Amino acid sequence: MIPPAFTYVRASSVDDALGLAAEHGEDAKYLAGGHSLLPLMKLRFASPAVLIDLGRVGELSYIRDEGTHVAIGALTRHHDVEHSTVLASEIPLLAHTAGQVGDPQIRHRGTIGGSVAHGDAASDLPAALLALDATFVVRGQSGTRSVPAAEFFKGIFETALEPGELLTEIQVPKPAAPAAWSFQKFTKRAIDWAIVGVAVQGHAIALVNMGSVPMRAAAAEAALASGASVSDAAALAAEGTSAGSDIHASKEFREHLARVLVKRALDEAAARS
Amino acid sequence: MSILGTRVIRTEDPRLLTAGGVYVDDVREPELDGAARATFVRSTVAHALITGIDASAALEQPGVIAVLTAADMTDLPPPPPPGEFDPDAPPSEAPVPLGGVWGEPLLAIDRVRFVGEPVAIVLTDSTYQGEDAAELVSVDYAPLPAVASIDAALADESLLFPDAGTNLCQKGGHDTSDESIFDDCEIVVEGDIVNQRVACLPMEGRSTAAAWRDGKLSVWASSQNAQIARFILTAIGLPPDAIRVVAPDVGGGFGAKIGVDRESIIVAWAAKHVGRPVRWVETRNENLTAMTQGRAQRHHIKIGGTRDGHIKAYRLNVLQDTGAYARMGGFLPSLTVLMAPGVYDIPAVQADYKVVVTDATPIAAYRGAGRPEAAATIERAVDWFAAEAGLDPADVRKLNFIQPDQFPFVTKTGAPYDSGQYEAALDKVLARAGYEQLRAEQARRRESGDVKQLGIGLASYVEVTAGDAAAGETCKLEVHSDGTATVYTGSSAHGQGHHTAFAMLVQSELGIPMDKVEVIHGDTDLIPDGVGTYASRSLQLGGSAVHKAAIEVKDEAAKKAASLFEAAEADIELDANTGLWQVRGDPDKSLTWAAVASEAEGGTLMAFVRFTQTMPTFPFGSQLSLVEVDTETGKVTLLRHVTADDAGPVLNPVLMEGQRHGGIAQGAAQALCEEVLYDADGNPLTSTLADYGAITAAELPSFELETSETPTTLNPLGVKGIGEAGTIGATPAVQNAVVDAVSHLGVRHIDMPLTPERVWTAIQKASAK
Amino acid sequence: MDRYPEGEREVKVELTVNGKDITADVEDRMLLVHFLRDVANLTATNIGCETTSCGACTVLLDGESVKSCTVLAAQADGRSVTTLEGLASDSGEMHPVQKAFHEEHGLQCGYCTPGMVMAIVSLLEENPSPTEEQVRAGLEGNICRCTGYHNIVRAALSAAANGGNS
Repeated sequence: MIPPAFTYVRASSVDDALGLAAEHGEDAKYLAGGHSLLPLMKLRFASPAVLIDLGRVGELSYIRDEGTHVAIGALTRHHDVEHSTVLASEIPLLAHTAGQVGDPQIRHRGTIGGSVAHGDAASDLPAALLALDATFVVRGQSGTRSVPAAEFFKGIFETALEPGELLTEIQVPKPAAPAAWSFQKFTKRAIDWAIVGVAVQGHAIALVNMGSVPMRAAAAEAALASGASVSDAAALAAEGTSAGSDIHASKEFREHLARVLVKRALDEAAARS
Repeated sequence: MSILGTRVIRTEDPRLLTAGGVYVDDVREPELDGAARATFVRSTVAHALITGIDASAALEQPGVIAVLTAADMTDLPPPPPPGEFDPDAPPSEAPVPLGGVWGEPLLAIDRVRFVGEPVAIVLTDSTYQGEDAAELVSVDYAPLPAVASIDAALADESLLFPDAGTNLCQKGGHDTSDESIFDDCEIVVEGDIVNQRVACLPMEGRSTAAAWRDGKLSVWASSQNAQIARFILTAIGLPPDAIRVVAPDVGGGFGAKIGVDRESIIVAWAAKHVGRPVRWVETRNENLTAMTQGRAQRHHIKIGGTRDGHIKAYRLNVLQDTGAYARMGGFLPSLTVLMAPGVYDIPAVQADYKVVVTDATPIAAYRGAGRPEAAATIERAVDWFAAEAGLDPADVRKLNFIQPDQFPFVTKTGAPYDSGQYEAALDKVLARAGYEQLRAEQARRRESGDVKQLGIGLASYVEVTAGDAAAGETCKLEVHSDGTATVYTGSSAHGQGHHTAFAMLVQSELGIPMDKVEVIHGDTDLIPDGVGTYASRSLQLGGSAVHKAAIEVKDEAAKKAASLFEAAEADIELDANTGLWQVRGDPDKSLTWAAVASEAEGGTLMAFVRFTQTMPTFPFGSQLSLVEVDTETGKVTLLRHVTADDAGPVLNPVLMEGQRHGGIAQGAAQALCEEVLYDADGNPLTSTLADYGAITAAELPSFELETSETPTTLNPLGVKGIGEAGTIGATPAVQNAVVDAVSHLGVRHIDMPLTPERVWTAIQKASAK
Repeated sequence: MDRYPEGEREVKVELTVNGKDITADVEDRMLLVHFLRDVANLTATNIGCETTSCGACTVLLDGESVKSCTVLAAQADGRSVTTLEGLASDSGEMHPVQKAFHEEHGLQCGYCTPGMVMAIVSLLEENPSPTEEQVRAGLEGNICRCTGYHNIVRAALSAAANGGNS
């Protein structure tokens, strides 16, 4: 119930945060909304010695229409992403998916950057950002770099972030047909993590909780690209995935759900556009 | 016009809504100043010998006062010596824990029998320190083979209680070996049904605070029964009158907070041992592993009858998993056996039970306590029978109901049903639901092969309330010289609204307005004699006690009024609408309650009543669940839920509806999404609220409640108990609905909880045939 | 109630709680819910789980519902918190949502109620005329075991119909 003791430090800016991370080294973790990290710490599954609170780094909370893409500051809260008028018209998949994360209280605190940096294959936003071919801007002491979503998620809770690096911005290209989207989140209860989820933007298909990382349904996409019907493409949805079995679903059922949900998502996206 | 039967919002609410309730952890009594906080060290293995406990690292932590184990408990009176275990001895008819060779220790002594069993208690200045220190207590375990299922227990290869020689701790019921009862049955259906283990999950977990002063013990406990808690706490070595138990606001109980648990006794002992008050609040993880759980029965049933739909014979064999300790002996399955035939007049009924221990959390009462299991199974059995006969399940039910003119009716299992209108209740529900139209819509969707199919599930049920009717309930009623009244009730509300209901009873009988009636419960100093709240007993027993006490006070007051009026007692009357005493035919003269009470000795009119009933009562009802099943994913959506739950005349529709709503939600939750799971080694898999599927508002519709009021003659209010009925009816209604939704695909049965994967798997298996 | 002895106080926190400024030195790891209960002595807000699941601890942080068990007191430094105790008007008149809970029998044991009420206040702030479905979805993070949610939903809709939070 109670996290192990740690030292709390507060960053006032991105530079300040990077400096604090350098100072404290591997013992430190960034604290954004805290709704991925603090639950782990309360169960004592994580025990960083130092938490660097980014809550006052206001410069990272924004949603900007940059013409070809929308730039979202990493510390923008899910609630704000969900209700953004820019995203509602330009990238409705993203606005909708942000509204699927957790519950309203969680969405008031959790941030899009925190969700991405946490790198949980069962999270909704990483898959949506993968389907949208987003780019993640990362700043470290040695400078700034951009990482495509397809290269960002490496393994279970493992991302391309090097120690001390801070995700600062998520750049999402505006889809050619914004309305051709669908997000299928399959749960037993509304509050549950997705047993399986599917994010579709046009013919891009990304999967939630079908492996150790969020992934594109590459076989299904390839089939579509070579002219296969939605049904035939969806039948390949589970190819290349490595879904797990747990108390919520078996691997076999997850694979079945992936096929069903990919079909439904593609149909819905087509119907919308 | 009496206030009884009218909608009255609760007197409890203003305080709860503005200041918040005062639950044990909110109590700020001076006696508890400077209290140490308790954190338990609990077993992380399901079945093992304890080979060593090393607290040295913990003791070095800041704020640690003590780390105590069973070895430190030398200052407690010894437990009774274990007797011989006689497997053929008749089982107790009361919920008594099995002692002797089956005995449950306070802190684990030489072995642990479930993950979560308390092994040590760490006392610290603060809670935060407690969690830090408890982590550092090192317990060495020599694991023993797991006994992680009913089958493993029955195999008797690994024994949880070696001295008992078996894991089968209790059996009872009737002989079920006579097959001839099925001889003349044209249709016979047989099968297995699981009523899965669920968590009681009150929103407030267990919590206890204890303080000693001058050899007397005060305990604040989140309990449904302060008086029973006090009795249990005498294990500390004190007589009852040296113990005060207070149950303040209690955040839900559902049967899991009857009396107090072993942890509470340990906390009280620890407080004495370290000479400081001690407070304990369990975490949700502890609550989901170490608070008693519910259900956990496996049934084998056989039902038979004629092709025209008459059920002739029913057999039920119950296997009860009671977890690591038989807290209630055979009580729960004995109720299942008692209620086996449900609302049906079945000529031949056989039912028996066996109870086994497993290395899981102990099982005890949970909303319905033995009766939901009976109802869920007979209702599945009737649907099986109807399906086999090719008849509408509503028609089959009506064909077999006990008829109104058969009451009082004693079932073949010995249950004395007092009153019932089973068919009328079902008809109300069918009418409200629009049964014909629902079947038509279902048929249309089946015809067009819709992905989303409709399921209509029925449940007609009866249940037993105030099972311990002879123990009764107490009420001390005082009317004071300022015209106010105080009710001291043995009942112990934890959300039921007794204060409102009992104040209504006083106002109705005496004309003292509700806002001048204070209701007090849950303090053994003020109410040493009482039973408390479980078994849906409080309105019929506690309320009747209030009612009778009010009449006694009224009779006493009449004498005083007569004396004041200098009139004959026969000419005195009380206007219950105004609360004024008058002389008949002389409207100009009146006396207030204040004036009359002032005439009493000490300025207070008082009556004490212990109301007992000769028998329990049998509320009943019908429920209909309408579900939609996505046949491609197995996902179930609850569309509508219609009920008629009859517990006699409704004293306050607001309270009654609330009980039904809450009951329905918990019943539907068992059918749909709740289950306590263990792995093969007995490790709990659902020990957080992220994993355990507690139902939320997003999964439920609003409920449609029909009124049905069939009185009983067993108490002056004519009431039965509504607290558990909603749950008992809802589970089978939902389960039957889901199976019904896919029965046209060849599915005959799906065990609960009806998760998407289970439903989908059932569809695959049926279509593979 | 002094549960945090000297020697462990590491961070200074200044919050405005129900309109009152409260300053205290607390452990870095102190959760906001414990700050409210044990430092501010406002015990209406309850704790129901450790996994941010149940919502019993919901309060308003700068007007938005949050689960105070998953916010550090330090994160709330300089911000304003509203708990159930702060909802009623200065003259003691119940807030419309509190009133609606009373009138619609939206509570039984009362343990989930403070969190449930605050969640609904925030929900109505953002959506003054929700549908039943939106209310139910909005409460997916708040667990109640007593009421079956039926009357809680009615209370939310009734409060909305009667002008919401004003």
